[in-house]
Amino acid sequence: MSSAAQTSQETSQDLLLALAGITKRFGPLIANDAIDLMVHKGEIVALLGENGAGKTTLMNILFGHYVADEGTVTVATRDGNLEQLEPGAPQAALDAGIGMVHQHFTLAENLTGLDNIVLGTEPIFRLRRDRTKARAKLAELMAGSGLNVDLDQPVHKLTVGEKQRVEILKALYRDARLLVLDEPTAVLTPQEADSLFAVLRKLAQNGLAVIIIAHKLAEVLAVSHRIAVLRGGKKVGEMLTSDADHRSIAELMVGREVPVSRRVAREPGKPVITLSDVTIDRGDSRRSLHGVSITAHEGEILGIAGVSGNGQAALAQLIAGLDKPDQGSVEFFGEKVVKFDAHQFAQNGIARIPEDRHHDGMVGSMTVAENIAIEDVRNAGYQKFGFLDFDAIRKRAEHAITDYDVRCPGPDAPARLLSGGNIQKLILARVLEKSPKLILANQPSRGLDVGAQSEVHRRLLEARQNGAAVILISEDLDELLTISDQIAVIHAGHITPAMTTDTIDRSELGLMMAGQKKTHHASTNAHSGETA
Amino acid sequence: MEIIDILLAASFWEAAIRIATPLIFGVLGALVCERAGVLNLGIEGIFTAGAMAGWMAVWLGAGLWGGVLVAALAGAFFGLIHAILTVPLGLSQHVSGIGVTLLATSLSYFTYRTALPDVSSPPRIEPFRPLDIPFLSDLPFIGQALFSQTAMTMLALVLVFVTGWVLYRTPLGLAIRAVGDNPSSVEAQGLSVYGLRIGAVVVGSSLMALGGAFLTMSAFDAFFFGMINGRGWVCIALTVFASWRPGKALIGALLFGAFDAFQVRLQTEVGAFLPSQVFLMMPYILSIIALIVVARKADYPKALLVPWFKGQR
Repeated sequence: MSSAAQTSQETSQDLLLALAGITKRFGPLIANDAIDLMVHKGEIVALLGENGAGKTTLMNILFGHYVADEGTVTVATRDGNLEQLEPGAPQAALDAGIGMVHQHFTLAENLTGLDNIVLGTEPIFRLRRDRTKARAKLAELMAGSGLNVDLDQPVHKLTVGEKQRVEILKALYRDARLLVLDEPTAVLTPQEADSLFAVLRKLAQNGLAVIIIAHKLAEVLAVSHRIAVLRGGKKVGEMLTSDADHRSIAELMVGREVPVSRRVAREPGKPVITLSDVTIDRGDSRRSLHGVSITAHEGEILGIAGVSGNGQAALAQLIAGLDKPDQGSVEFFGEKVVKFDAHQFAQNGIARIPEDRHHDGMVGSMTVAENIAIEDVRNAGYQKFGFLDFDAIRKRAEHAITDYDVRCPGPDAPARLLSGGNIQKLILARVLEKSPKLILANQPSRGLDVGAQSEVHRRLLEARQNGAAVILISEDLDELLTISDQIAVIHAGHITPAMTTDTIDRSELGLMMAGQKKTHHASTNAHSGETA
Repeated sequence: MEIIDILLAASFWEAAIRIATPLIFGVLGALVCERAGVLNLGIEGIFTAGAMAGWMAVWLGAGLWGGVLVAALAGAFFGLIHAILTVPLGLSQHVSGIGVTLLATSLSYFTYRTALPDVSSPPRIEPFRPLDIPFLSDLPFIGQALFSQTAMTMLALVLVFVTGWVLYRTPLGLAIRAVGDNPSSVEAQGLSVYGLRIGAVVVGSSLMALGGAFLTMSAFDAFFFGMINGRGWVCIALTVFASWRPGKALIGALLFGAFDAFQVRLQTEVGAFLPSQVFLMMPYILSIIALIVVARKADYPKALLVPWFKGQR
């Protein structure tokens, strides 16, 4: 703390933004409680906190989307005077040079990158658009920052990483002096994240101030100069990144010790599901598989590593019973599956944790209780004379809410009110309560904060210990290496043979995810993996 | 052979363009609204309101162009109602649109009946005359088919170009296309989502009303009940057919006009074999088929029908 205060004094002439005593209440909830934060020119500040810690509220106040109940936002004007920012006026924030890159991009997908960037920067009632000046300025910005992207492509044709570049260029084009990035790496591959950080460092060297809102610690430690931690709406700590260590920040964020998930050695049992030479051709590489053979055993977590969009969706659909193979066969406990039917699969003990938990994992307008019971309403326990037995449904939900610590107003609250982490707990409660034989976990901890993430891992390991097979589809190498017993790599619809986790080299895994042929070393591992 | 003769006659194309004119206004109006993300099912009623208001203004002595202006204002009024209900209040666009259609239709009939309580045949006005442009109107074929239309048809054709220019060549059009795809993109750049959407719906509705005004002030010379006869709904379908592009909207409207003109002529040729209703159905059946072929690949404005609220993402 003291060293941070010292730094701000040393560089006070470079002060760009000062939030002082920001307090915001939503009814009885205090989302921000007297938060102070200073940002200087050329500084990268990481704003850390779990979901619901108040990061987004704070940034929304900065941008004029919300008006703070107390406190002030002061910004240095371009000629160096400190001026208070008009509250509740997004235009004032834009004019002051504050640019924001939201987690969900604010790009019109039907327009080109260039159109998105100039949108709103020219007087609206004009007979023509002039793009020459804009192009020249953008060419200069791209050269100075390394943010290269084809601006004449419609945005829907760009990759996620490219879209993010357009977003950053959008802010820079408006002469942003402070750039706020909300969870910028949540949607990026590790390679894309690295190149983003390189860009940010370069921009900071040129004098841009950056605030990164994040909950992934490793990345923040790599790129930021200073870290501020929020918890429960309060700033609970601030330190120079050089003085910070992984563990202490995690505890500061969560407010208690974070349990570290560990696998306990366990002999795998019988094969639960076996895919033999499965091919699904849907024309689109994201939804196709080519000659895939994998086996998941009882008491084993099989990790499927890969950059998203390489066929994971096809694999998940197949195992969930939503699609059937064009060629090859699927065996469940040694019996060939003939009928691919999602309901049947669920009844046979295949539990699914879908990738898009908001879209595929729940029905937002239905209550928490209904969402928990939704897969089983056809079962006798939840029916009475052919009608739904709401008492039984609610009773199960009440148990689930306590056992899985789902934070919600109650079993009758609409599920859409829940935060991402709590929705995931709700899904875990739904699928794990039934002691499934196979769990398909597709990106189960993506976008979750440290606490919820470790909860997901603990539950999956617990299920493994109880003898379930788990297929874990993930992009997160840390997650894969921590909890899986075996890891196979998916790339362009092909899946490598599974390798034993302990023998895997991290960087090699990264290369395989990028589609490089596995080396001799890796194939030996694959062999030992199969015999294990 | 008779069919070829029909298709080659200048009078056939003259009729096709005339029939297409109200549809051109309507499709342009609908696509402006939908490009901004608002479906306007008020169109059928706004057609009626435009037809009635324009005609009545002329009948009361406002002059033909005065009538066009009054019709556009009537359309803007009902468009504003729809816009307020669906944009800042975020109500269901379907429900509000149907409501506006019922309101505008009934209000038009009511006004007409109140102003003219006991006329048996609707009073006539002096409508727009076919143009007689020196040289151009005397050209073979095209002179009759295109340059002998009325001023309103010319206006419709010019508006196709203007709408296309505004949507694709101006900052305003850029903002309208953006707000129909992702309103947050517009807000993040400091523009008003509500302002753009309300503006687009009001202007689009004025265009629709001109389609109605064409019927009473150019195609016919009086207002009578039921005269819109589903033209508004056809425009909604044609908008999808046109993939929300003004140029394709023109083609779609002309295609429908041609089917309709063809059907009338075919009736006189082979009417003895088939009941006339079959011919009346033809343009609609053909437009459904065209829609099936084209619309499967249609690229909807992504935020169409999705209400957007400030401070919510």
